[in-house]
Amino acid sequence: MTLSRKLTPYLYLAPMLALLAFVFGFSILRVFEFSFKMVRGIDGPWIGLRNYRLVLSQPLFWESVRHNLLLLLAIPVMVAIALLLSLLLYDRLRGWKVYRTILFFPYILAIPIIAVVMKQMFQFSGPVNEVLRWLSLDFMALDWIGSTDVALWTVMMLIIWRESALGVILFLSRLLSLDEALIEAARLDGVTWWQRAWYVLIPQMRGVIEFYVVISVITMLSAVFAYIYMMGGGRGGPGTSTMVTELYIYNALTRTSLPGIASAVSVMLFVVSLALIYLLFVVRRRAAEDGA
Amino acid sequence: MSGTGTRMNTGHPLKQAVLILACIVALLPSAFMLLTALKSQQEYTFDKVGLPDAVVGDHFRAVLFDSPFFLWMLNSAILALGAVALGTLVSCIGAYAIAKLEFRGRDTIFAISTSLMAVPPVVMIVPLFVLYTQLGLISTFPGAIVIYAGLITPFSVYLLTTFFRTLPQELFDAARLDGVKHHQILRHVVLPLSVPALLTLVVVNALFVWNDLLIAVIFLQEDAKRTLMAGIAVFQGRYNNQIPLSMAGMVVASAPMVILYITFQRYFIRGLMAGAVK
Repeated sequence: MTLSRKLTPYLYLAPMLALLAFVFGFSILRVFEFSFKMVRGIDGPWIGLRNYRLVLSQPLFWESVRHNLLLLLAIPVMVAIALLLSLLLYDRLRGWKVYRTILFFPYILAIPIIAVVMKQMFQFSGPVNEVLRWLSLDFMALDWIGSTDVALWTVMMLIIWRESALGVILFLSRLLSLDEALIEAARLDGVTWWQRAWYVLIPQMRGVIEFYVVISVITMLSAVFAYIYMMGGGRGGPGTSTMVTELYIYNALTRTSLPGIASAVSVMLFVVSLALIYLLFVVRRRAAEDGA
Repeated sequence: MSGTGTRMNTGHPLKQAVLILACIVALLPSAFMLLTALKSQQEYTFDKVGLPDAVVGDHFRAVLFDSPFFLWMLNSAILALGAVALGTLVSCIGAYAIAKLEFRGRDTIFAISTSLMAVPPVVMIVPLFVLYTQLGLISTFPGAIVIYAGLITPFSVYLLTTFFRTLPQELFDAARLDGVKHHQILRHVVLPLSVPALLTLVVVNALFVWNDLLIAVIFLQEDAKRTLMAGIAVFQGRYNNQIPLSMAGMVVASAPMVILYITFQRYFIRGLMAGAVK
């Protein structure tokens, strides 16, 4: 009786632990092992740090990393857009619920779908440039998709367009959970809208803003595959101008069949993500203390 | 309100204008997609921006009947259903133990499971791909379902554990005193009380599986097994020059989620807010 009682919890945990052990545990251990091996097919001999040395000496790897880091520039823009729109929604003007539904809509559309649409809109002879030329803004009618100088920024624009929607909803839900009385008091004191936003509302949103920034950093460094794959024609193109680390791993695994190389990059990405996970825990705890 | 209202109110037209502008930007790609889908190929070449002269339904017919869109959607639905069912079941049982049973290592297990939420899926693909190649599990639904179920489990365990902990403890104590077994408590007490949390969870997880591209392009390479998102990647390349046709494809592809969003808005918004933790 007591024995079975002691065993019950583990019995309940067993399926979950088995699933996690397989998908995460096995994979993470194996990816470390592979990163020190020259894997051909299913296994291979130990080669120490050669995979790492090879990867780190490759300009393409560093270009990929640089692109991931450049994408971080989108985050301040996303935060600014999400803050402005959530604060405006918080005023609960007439029809704000309809606005809310629409503003959240970009986040509902799957990335591949919206990427196909955007790619057509931003073609050199596409509708966006047609409108720009019609407005006599010819100098702005760039080769959004086809130019190696512009392509990454176009992808970034798409990321901002979609990921800001998440910020709007997160920030708005935080705002709606604030103590109304305090805000009413500020309103009666005759402060302007900007003052109220800056001195009363935004300080109370600190937790949720930090949280959004951290999850966005994780996205930019390790979860932009779908955007890049679709916009860059599956190859991070034009040229290598939109190549990112995830696509680097994908190419090493499926196109050049070098699982060892792919593993070395995966391990580095994992180590970076561990640091971010720690940061996420700190930020989440703080957000929870704020009551977000 | 009316006292300070003069200042507040003068801002209203401007505030409305900003919101309306943002809404237009949010809807513009969808509008372009829909309008272009209804244009003929010839009309699109000389008019890319305006409304269609005459509504052309041919592209929709072509997408629905001459391309494998339905098959892709069916595949995505099978995967989403399978992975969500497996992941949720396993997580429910596990979360019950973490939330309501006493045992050694409970907090450690919960902490580890929770921290797995932030591990990028791309880190796991190399070993799984090598193993699946060895076992012949590439391009099989059970193989992909296990991966997806595993990936959604940390978040599911986290959400369900925190939710189960909010349920009143007296409920459990009373049931336990009456000699009710744990699996009965889970089935007849906990689950009926958890329907909103479960719906939220199903929305987030189903959306994750339905929208995923990375796992889909690596683990389901065979034509007959392609998911909708992977299918779109192929479809895009093939119909690159037939823009109205490819836009019709995108309208069809986005329809299920848009319809669900409009119908179950509340669960979507709540679910995605919770899902942001992933």
